[in-house]
Amino acid sequence: MLKDMTLGQFYPVDSVIHRLDPRTKLSATMLYIISLFIANNIYCYVAAFLFLVFCTAMSRVPWKYMAKGLKPIFYLMALSVIFNLFLTGGEPVLFQWSIFRITGPGVRQAFFMALRLVFLVMGSALMTYTTTPTSLTDGMEKGLRFLKVFKVPVHEIAMMMSIALRFIPILAEEADKIQKAQMARGASFEEGNIIQRAKSMIPLLVPLFISAFRRATDLAMAMEARCYHGGEGRTKMVPLRYVHRDYLAYLILFGYLALIIALRIIL
Amino acid sequence: MGIIKTAKLVYEYARRDEDNNIVETVRAVDNVDMDVQAGEFIAVLGRNGSGKSTIAKHLNALLVPSSGTVWIGEMDTRDENHLWDIRQTAGMVFQNPDNQIIASVVEEDVGFGPENMGIPSEEIWKRVDTALQAVGMTAYRKRSPNHLSGGQKQRIAIAGVMAMKPRCIVLDEPTAMLDPNGRKEVIRTVHELNQKEGITVILITHYMEETVDADRVIVVDGGVVKMTGTPREIFSRVEELKALHLDVPQVTELAYELKKEGVDLPDGILTIPELVSALCQ
Repeated sequence: MLKDMTLGQFYPVDSVIHRLDPRTKLSATMLYIISLFIANNIYCYVAAFLFLVFCTAMSRVPWKYMAKGLKPIFYLMALSVIFNLFLTGGEPVLFQWSIFRITGPGVRQAFFMALRLVFLVMGSALMTYTTTPTSLTDGMEKGLRFLKVFKVPVHEIAMMMSIALRFIPILAEEADKIQKAQMARGASFEEGNIIQRAKSMIPLLVPLFISAFRRATDLAMAMEARCYHGGEGRTKMVPLRYVHRDYLAYLILFGYLALIIALRIIL
Repeated sequence: MGIIKTAKLVYEYARRDEDNNIVETVRAVDNVDMDVQAGEFIAVLGRNGSGKSTIAKHLNALLVPSSGTVWIGEMDTRDENHLWDIRQTAGMVFQNPDNQIIASVVEEDVGFGPENMGIPSEEIWKRVDTALQAVGMTAYRKRSPNHLSGGQKQRIAIAGVMAMKPRCIVLDEPTAMLDPNGRKEVIRTVHELNQKEGITVILITHYMEETVDADRVIVVDGGVVKMTGTPREIFSRVEELKALHLDVPQVTELAYELKKEGVDLPDGILTIPELVSALCQ
């Protein structure tokens, strides 16, 4: 059912990682991604792998679930492996056939690139598995507050995201209703080539847009009636507060980052 | 002076054609005088396009009058400094339950108003608890509003207003999109709030049955107040109501027809037991 649609891919178990402050998880993901780009030798990647294993074990998200996140990037990964494999120059040449040539650095590069992509996707997937969309928006609102200096409307963006999260299932249901109504009047959505099919979406999208705008007007009025006037002077029901486990998580995180940097410099 | 008072309230808007030229000015509300005492239950009755929703929006300062004045708890709605105080005093519930719920979890939505008012977190939780209890939705506090029925969603919307501790609630056709069960559920909740918490209620509707238990009924048509009085007074004027394209409750109509045929009955019968006892005398 569309009503039960969950956004993102939150995996509902209770774990230390789930209970971490969303800001901690957001910065952890950022730092992990940075660490992957700092890594330049196999020891760094081993460290990155162990860190990922550690976090996943702590989060109690099953490995099968983690691997599922890799499926959509399979082609991207294959492509980058092939490009790195064949287009990296250098010595020694391992294999040559007309213009195709595989070199030692090429193999190394391709292998590292694949690892980097896998870790990157798994690392960010872990965050979405362990954080509900609502707390993610909250975390972004508070964590990115410093951007206000650059006139970025952080609160407004966060509010828009949480409203979008609330209305996506409603609009999806409505799209379904409109589609059925159009089908009852003889419209077909599954026939013809791709262009015809895209064209047949128009009678679905136009009413959907109109209704979305109407809802937006209603919602804006309802929000105003409930004293909404932007982020200024607003309090939170569940204010985000760092607790011990967050400080500990930051400590581990910076330890890990230091390790990666050290491994890069020393080896 | 009562909690809500309007004096010579007029609201006009301009209708424009595609080139943005003014075609005509429409007077949606015309010289409405209202005086609502604290604790009253007022029903505003009118058919579609009668201007009743426009009046409602004035009570929450969503619209300001073109001329005339609206006072909410002695604050003039035109005074921008009191805008948030006014909206806090007179909360508003709208027609479409889906389009007024902001958060994806029931309790977070109820807390939305207090959050906007800048109330400390612990106090918000207390208010959310009380508000959910007042509408009998405590069991659903962790749910997503998408899984609730229309009547339940409307009760959440009412709780959202209650959490702002208003003195008055304006409900703009809260039952128009609900099934009969949901309708009863919402009206019962509103009556409870009126009786137990002493909240002033202004219920805008076009369902006659919902106005029967009100303290006072105001009938609006074409932006003008046509009748005002107790439900009994209003519903004894069957002919006039019909001229305004409004129906009277079925029982009242039956009594009216019987009376016309010569049965000896009092005017303005509102409920079935009343009619039964009148007939059995």
